Amino acid sequence: MSEATGSALQHHFTSLDQQKNAATLGMWAFIVQEVLFFGGMFTVYTVYRSQYYSVFEACSHHLDWKLGALNTIVLICSSLTMALAVHAAALGKGKAAAVWLATTIALGAWFLGNKVVEYHQKWEDQLIPGLRWGAAADVGRELHLAGADVDRAQLYFSLYFGMTGLHALHMIIGIPILAWLARRAWAGHFSIDYSTPVELTGLYWHFVDIVWIFLFPLLYLIGHR
Amino acid sequence: MSAASELVERQLPKEHYLNAEYGWKSWLFTVDHKRIAILYLVSITVAFFIGGGYATAIRLELVTPPGDLVLSETYNKLFTMHGIYMIFFFLIPSIPATLGNFLIPLMVGAKDLAFPRINLLSWYLYIIGLLFVLYSTFQGGLDTGWTFYTPYSTQFSQTAVNAAAVGIFIAGFSSILTGLNFIVTIHTMRAPGLTWFRLPLFVWAHYATSIIQILGTPVVAVTILLVALERIFHFGFFDPARGGDPILFQHLFWFYSHPAVYIMILPSMGVISELVTCFSRKKVFGYSFIAASSLAIAVIGFLVWGHHMFITGQSVYAGMVFSALSFLVAIPSAIKVFNWTATLYKGSVSWQTPMLYAFGFIGLFTIGGLTGLFLATLGIDVHVTDTYFVVAHFHYIMVGGAIMGYLGGLHYWWPKISGRLYPEWWARVSAVLVFAGFNLTFLPQFVLGYLGMPRRYHYYPEEFQVLNVMSSAGASILALGYVLPMIYMAWSMRYGAIASPNPFGATGLEWRTPSPPPTFNFPKTPVVDEEVYDYSSPRKEALFV
Amino acid sequence: MASSDSHHVVPVGAYIAVFLALVAFTGITVWAAGQDFGAYNTAVAVGIAVAKATMVVLIFMHVKWGTKLTQLYVVAGVVFLLILIAITMSDYISRPWPIMR
Repeated sequence: MSEATGSALQHHFTSLDQQKNAATLGMWAFIVQEVLFFGGMFTVYTVYRSQYYSVFEACSHHLDWKLGALNTIVLICSSLTMALAVHAAALGKGKAAAVWLATTIALGAWFLGNKVVEYHQKWEDQLIPGLRWGAAADVGRELHLAGADVDRAQLYFSLYFGMTGLHALHMIIGIPILAWLARRAWAGHFSIDYSTPVELTGLYWHFVDIVWIFLFPLLYLIGHR
Repeated sequence: MSAASELVERQLPKEHYLNAEYGWKSWLFTVDHKRIAILYLVSITVAFFIGGGYATAIRLELVTPPGDLVLSETYNKLFTMHGIYMIFFFLIPSIPATLGNFLIPLMVGAKDLAFPRINLLSWYLYIIGLLFVLYSTFQGGLDTGWTFYTPYSTQFSQTAVNAAAVGIFIAGFSSILTGLNFIVTIHTMRAPGLTWFRLPLFVWAHYATSIIQILGTPVVAVTILLVALERIFHFGFFDPARGGDPILFQHLFWFYSHPAVYIMILPSMGVISELVTCFSRKKVFGYSFIAASSLAIAVIGFLVWGHHMFITGQSVYAGMVFSALSFLVAIPSAIKVFNWTATLYKGSVSWQTPMLYAFGFIGLFTIGGLTGLFLATLGIDVHVTDTYFVVAHFHYIMVGGAIMGYLGGLHYWWPKISGRLYPEWWARVSAVLVFAGFNLTFLPQFVLGYLGMPRRYHYYPEEFQVLNVMSSAGASILALGYVLPMIYMAWSMRYGAIASPNPFGATGLEWRTPSPPPTFNFPKTPVVDEEVYDYSSPRKEALFV
Repeated sequence: MASSDSHHVVPVGAYIAVFLALVAFTGITVWAAGQDFGAYNTAVAVGIAVAKATMVVLIFMHVKWGTKLTQLYVVAGVVFLLILIAITMSDYISRPWPIMR
């Protein structure tokens, strides 16, 4: 596919429509497999939450729900700016699309910055299973848990890091792709006839947002505060 | 086949996909689906012989009752690595990545798959995954069983689990991308006139397989990731001391690994449909039922995984439901066998090598499938699980079934792939050796398992020796049956008779191209106006070109 | 393969409306976490998340105007995830059940 002209028909397709259909379907197939990929961890979460609800509730109360809520809003904003970028690209407004993409990146970076703050806090609190988990008494005091529940809290935090970590990794992968798209959009590679890369990346970004939409209440808002 | 054309000295087409370009770069950076298929063919053959080497070591050890060839710890590594290479690096890619890659664009009348570069990426991922597992092999290999059961794999095994886990994770994405490519190709790139019910059953089979690859593989990928996280960072997911449940690992693992067995068998069934119809000169009986049964297997196959866990401490009620559903999944497979048999009835059957493999498949898969019902029966499984009964069951399906389908397909489409005919006499001898060797190897194992010999042990009571010796003897014959095709197919590429475009007189778009096909398959997109498998006369003989 | 959304451009207003709804629902889910719905706590939280996700899928990801095939893919992905979770949970839920003799 020629970057400069953008809309060149690849040799094995018989029409641009067929090419676009195939690309879109391919991206959706990829997103479906991502649903199952994250889904494995959601399954582990569901099982252990159902078995150790009080432990999960106590651990959840320890998270900073305000920061989590802020991050949720930030990501929702980034989904809006992504949708607007796709919109602009589809209308041939390359420079506007580039600006919206840059905004999406900034919001994504803000989200990741907040995550760094949160992870750092966990490091300080010694709540990282395996790597830095405090003495039983200290953790128990921190989380208001006792006995075997202190060990079970490691299940919660393993899931916390596993799920938010995997999510953050997807954002870290997405941001350079957005930057590449922004550069191309600014240079006028997209037009009314051809904005598929922006649309497909938009699908990816929205999916990553949806994962967080579930992670926020499931990790930060268990039980009542 | 056609006497008249024999009079003219047949020549290979002037330009085809093999000679279009030369040099290692033209192969390693190719985006031609046919070349990628060849790259896979070579790679999976290497993996097959590595896995076969482990099998040889296993069967050698089991010739005598005491564990006197290797230590127990070493034996654990032998069966683990045998499983890993054979399942992840041979069986799962086998037919899809070789025959599927080569044929699906041809069968749908396209110039290539939907995403040729992603196809190449799939192969790179396969190789990278293989390298990681080779690395772990040189570190001594792992001893967890290919099933990676926790907490042994997460906490206690001192072997190179992490490297192998990374390798399998990466190879999983190779599989996902292949499935993705096939599904999009089949949906969007069919030639005009090629409606769903005019597609060859080989294509339907791969469509169903691709569904499983996309939905199932990511779950095992994330599960292996969790195992790695637990090993490396000591996160707790399956650690009982922290409230974790090792059985949860098994739920996640088998959610993929049961449908995975359908990834391994469905493409083979697709091959058999093609072989049976061509070598009976008759449209396959119940075409739409066979197509639908592939989809049914793909869907129902996701509901039965707990039959691998009957004795783990899983709830008895869940076990009962899994048992009932496992009976259900046998039905679409049975439908295929009935329909193939009905196709043969009043067909004009010929006995070329591909058909020998097809017959072998139908018989052996039936035995394997029926013994699966024994295992699905909770009450029986309690006694024979983790014995050689299970080992025999899955080898009947995977080797007696899937590999025979693979070899049958490889022979059938060999003229198309290479432009040469394999030597028929040697091929028939090999097929018979494979069939005989296979049965001698694995039939005694049903008896051994029923009598109580456990799997994954390298020593056994004296009274089991005769059957074990039979099994090992059979393995040596089977090995010969596998080595011969390697030799004569390689030989045929240089010295084999040059093939016509359609030496078997089969229907299907792939046979309307020269042997071997040009890089872009068709000069222009064909238009399809015939029904599938139309072997009615007067077309019958005209197909032979 | 007909593509019903290849030239469809979603009006900006729809995006803004969804955005505002998503923010509002986020507020609702935070508020709901402070309430006690008893046995329904989890259902409420997940229900709100599902509502938000549905809006993102239909409007931001254009599935509302997409092909039937795209819609099938989305449904299939969700259904098979639910199968994984539900059947796995059925094991845990039924483990303590008494065994009939």
